[in-house]
Amino acid sequence: MSAELGLFALILASCLALLQGVVPLVGSYSGRLSWMAAGKSLAIGQFIFALLSFVCLVAGFLTDDFTIKYVANNSNSLLPAVYKFTATWGGHEGSLLLWILTLAGWGMLVAVRSDRLPAQLSARVLSVLGMISVGFLLFILLTSNPFERLLPFPPQDGADLNPLLQDFGMIVHPPTLYMGYVGFAVAFAFAIAALMGGQLDSAWARWARPWTTVAWCFLTAGIALGSWWAYYELGWGGWWFWDPVENASLMPWLAGTALMHSLAVTEKRGLLKSWTLLLAIATFSLSLFGTFLVRSGVLTSVHAFASDPARGLFILVYLMIVVGASLTLFAFRAPRMRSRITFSLLSRETLLLVNNILLVTSCATVLLGTMFPLLVDALDLGMISVGPPYFNALFVPQVLLLALALGVGILLNWKSGSIGALVQQVRWILPVSVAGGVVFGLCYASRFILSEVLAIAAVLWLVLTIGRDLLNKTRNTRQKKGFIASLNKLTPSYYGMQLAHLGLAVAILGVVMTSGYSVQKDLRMSPGDSAKLGGYVFRFDGVADERGPNYVASAGVISVFANQQQVAVLKPEKRVYEVRGMPMTEAGIDSGLTRDLYVALGERLENNSWAVRLHVKPFVRLIWLGSVFMALGGLLAVFDKRYRVRLKRKQSDKIDSAQGVNNAVVGVKA
Amino acid sequence: MKRWKLFLPLAFFLAFCILLYVGLFLENKTELPSALLDDPVPAFSLPRLKNPEQMVTQEDLKGQVYLLNIWGSWCPVCKIEHPYLLRLQEQGIRIIGVNYKDERSAALAVLERDKDPYVFNIQDADGKLGLDLGVYGSPETFLVDKEGVIRYKHVGVVDDRVWEDELKPRYEMLQQETVQ
Repeated sequence: MSAELGLFALILASCLALLQGVVPLVGSYSGRLSWMAAGKSLAIGQFIFALLSFVCLVAGFLTDDFTIKYVANNSNSLLPAVYKFTATWGGHEGSLLLWILTLAGWGMLVAVRSDRLPAQLSARVLSVLGMISVGFLLFILLTSNPFERLLPFPPQDGADLNPLLQDFGMIVHPPTLYMGYVGFAVAFAFAIAALMGGQLDSAWARWARPWTTVAWCFLTAGIALGSWWAYYELGWGGWWFWDPVENASLMPWLAGTALMHSLAVTEKRGLLKSWTLLLAIATFSLSLFGTFLVRSGVLTSVHAFASDPARGLFILVYLMIVVGASLTLFAFRAPRMRSRITFSLLSRETLLLVNNILLVTSCATVLLGTMFPLLVDALDLGMISVGPPYFNALFVPQVLLLALALGVGILLNWKSGSIGALVQQVRWILPVSVAGGVVFGLCYASRFILSEVLAIAAVLWLVLTIGRDLLNKTRNTRQKKGFIASLNKLTPSYYGMQLAHLGLAVAILGVVMTSGYSVQKDLRMSPGDSAKLGGYVFRFDGVADERGPNYVASAGVISVFANQQQVAVLKPEKRVYEVRGMPMTEAGIDSGLTRDLYVALGERLENNSWAVRLHVKPFVRLIWLGSVFMALGGLLAVFDKRYRVRLKRKQSDKIDSAQGVNNAVVGVKA
Repeated sequence: MKRWKLFLPLAFFLAFCILLYVGLFLENKTELPSALLDDPVPAFSLPRLKNPEQMVTQEDLKGQVYLLNIWGSWCPVCKIEHPYLLRLQEQGIRIIGVNYKDERSAALAVLERDKDPYVFNIQDADGKLGLDLGVYGSPETFLVDKEGVIRYKHVGVVDDRVWEDELKPRYEMLQQETVQ
């Protein structure tokens, strides 16, 4: 019963989404207030029905209803209850339903908060969100119905959830990632609404900014979770593989980061308007494109579990309609967005532009690398694969340049800066950073690696410029009120920005240390054998058989010693999940801020000996810690008072003045 | 900025879509992605399970349509599939087994206890043939024509539905084909 109810709810949600896409939009052009206001209740209704549908699917999983094909393919009666729940989004159909639920959720949030926007703008934003929903709802209803029954011959038991997905990381990774992906739909809807109205002012940027930032935070967290999951679950000890599907999430992140920064310029200075709009369109398009990559099987990848050209074609057509229409609208309407404000070459605007160019270039680099094999194949030039060497060679220098520009940009004023002041600011920072990098290269480990030296210098540069800026910002009040009191005067959005930038520095540090100084060894170990690696002694204590709820495992025990002291006991496992007969590696990890000890079991060899892989990975945790800083920084910035204060004031002054941009310098004026 | 430049993003996007469209239909992806679809069974020379002194090669299999079933005594799902394979054997369907990464004694014990649906079994102890076939789970069943070319692949249990809907029509069609 629940399956039919779920399908019915989904169909109702589609009807409401269709109405939401049309009614408020027509109202916004014909000036009918009641039509415009309908968007809010339709968006809430759509969310309720999408939620109902999702709950029905969850119920199907929890009750082991194997008459539902999707449940039969992705669950099993032996599966622990928590994984039965998460198996809901373990396959194509269910993860699409989760995507739809997330989109409807964002739509509802916008609707609930839409009272603070001009009626016309909120009507158009909700309409655009409704239209996006319609596309995805049609997609799921026409090509990927999760509620399809297997009648009259339901299987006795399900085929089980892919063991790779039976894991905590998989519980949280997809929803977080989707919150990010889909959240950019809101920025996109704002951009389209601005293009429809032919008007964009700093008030618009102030509305669009928090939504973009929140979506970005989720995407940051989602990507970090995915990387963490790959690190401990795939058993290879890597944290990023430049896999097409990883790239598909990195591209909207890079474009979204550029968008956040250009929105800052648009809000504070009324500049880069059409560029901001283009980025908003591009960011969401890349999110859609990511969906296409994963769902169509156009590129083979470890993630592409549902490859089906019919689905691919549907998304491609959808992509063409959505992106094609928005870019056409952009081409016709963008000339209205001209701004006549100037800024000097040496100013924060210029550096943010440099930031944007670097981010967009790196995004293009990733896109090219991801698509190149397909391009070569399509032109019939043979099969090639583009691997990590390409990405590392092109991506890493751009990140270093970005770090350099970041430091300069933070220290520069809006509008115009002076070269003398800048030189005065960095006259110690620059030499100290470079010297620090070189000293590090000479002292740490045995090898001098140029890229590592540059990266360490970049990290020092980032941290020192951030510290310098903090001193600059408190300069005036520090003498009178003391340092702590003057720190309190700074706004949350300022701290958010600095925290996120610090997060970048921390993440770069983690990447540098891990990729430059990790050591690993593959060897055969019998019980009692010891091996030395990176200052640690690993002792193999043997393997015992264990039973899990739905798997049998060979669980190894490895004791690790440093200076004759036992520092950790690692328990790597080799599991065989019984239903699929699929072997899985569970790495044994002892994590710490300064190093991870990482052990994976390979194959069983004769006489109780095993192939074992040992890793010592210095500072690998910093990669994820840095990501956490970035995401928290973004959230902190959203809690800035000005987004709320300004919004309230807005109600008394419904008509936006296109000239209002110059009044928009709020928050910390540099 | 010139007006036409504003159309550049659109132009880039449309060119990109053409690439994606081509990519989508670049190769036949309607069936499960076996790299070997419409390719001959890869070359091998492996012992039979029951008479290990007798070696089998891909050439020995030619001449008749058959199902190549990948299984192992360690694979619980294969046990579910086993009775259905016996029923297919009763209908005269030719099934050749690949005993994949298994211990010979354990495999023989299974065939002894549950009866043997296979014409014979190829003993793929180190999984080399399975690797060449692109096997990623078991059971998997390949449909091979008279000339030794893989024409279809099913991953998972072969049951009544799979047989009636997917395999039987193809099996019968292939039997009509004549060898040149």
